[in-house]
Amino acid sequence: MMQAYAWSAITAIVLASTTGDILLSRAMKQVGDVGALWRQSGLWTVLGRVLRNPNFLLGVLAMTTAFYSLLFGLSWGDVSLIAPASASLTFITNAVAAKIFLHERVDHRRWMAAVLVAGGVVLLAA
Amino acid sequence: MTFRKYLVLAGVTLCASIGDSLLSRGMKQVGNISLDHLSDVILAVLNPSVALGILLLLGFFASYMTALSWADLTYVLPATSLGYVLLTLIAKFYLHEAVTTSRWIGVLLISAGVGFVTQGPALTHHPEKPHKAEYEPASARPR
Repeated sequence: MMQAYAWSAITAIVLASTTGDILLSRAMKQVGDVGALWRQSGLWTVLGRVLRNPNFLLGVLAMTTAFYSLLFGLSWGDVSLIAPASASLTFITNAVAAKIFLHERVDHRRWMAAVLVAGGVVLLAA
Repeated sequence: MTFRKYLVLAGVTLCASIGDSLLSRGMKQVGNISLDHLSDVILAVLNPSVALGILLLLGFFASYMTALSWADLTYVLPATSLGYVLLTLIAKFYLHEAVTTSRWIGVLLISAGVGFVTQGPALTHHPEKPHKAEYEPASARPR
């Protein structure tokens, strides 16, 4: 039964942090190259544009949800299962979601990278 | 990819891994926080390791957002996963922890993944022009 709780927490963490990463990435693409913008119009323009972006605010909300799901998960389950399982799965779900929602060109190199890093993270916790 | 952009990616990696280690060390010094004394969480910020850890995690967020403004998510995430490797090296050579064979294999897999992704373009639709013509077959050069 505890396993079921742990895996539902892992599902919640993975869904929330993938949503957050996708929203934050979309927000920053809308803002544009931060370095160039800073040199052109100054730090306050950059901060204003980032903080007023709705995708950024929703992304931060999703990341906060992921963080609290992790805290809840850790109170139900084992840290050695929940932390690496959610970190590792997020690499894979992010690659899928970035392809679908951000239309990134996820070629074989990027799939390999996502799978290798996900596997590596699992082994580091073993 | 310019040198400045690689510096930002290094900032993401270093701030995240060092920040996490500092927070972990600091919270162990602070000790258990019970739900009856939630104000202890606020006082935990007075611990130097916790304060520095929070500063570094703010630095992580700023550099992560900067990287996402000019690179794909599927580039930034694997490219900055070297932090896991760094944490293992810190554990082995600085904290003198025993690192098992399976963890070293994990380090190898992550490093290989980073190698794969950084060979490709950083941004979809806006591939950087190659700096040198060395990757270009001779027949493709304009005559």
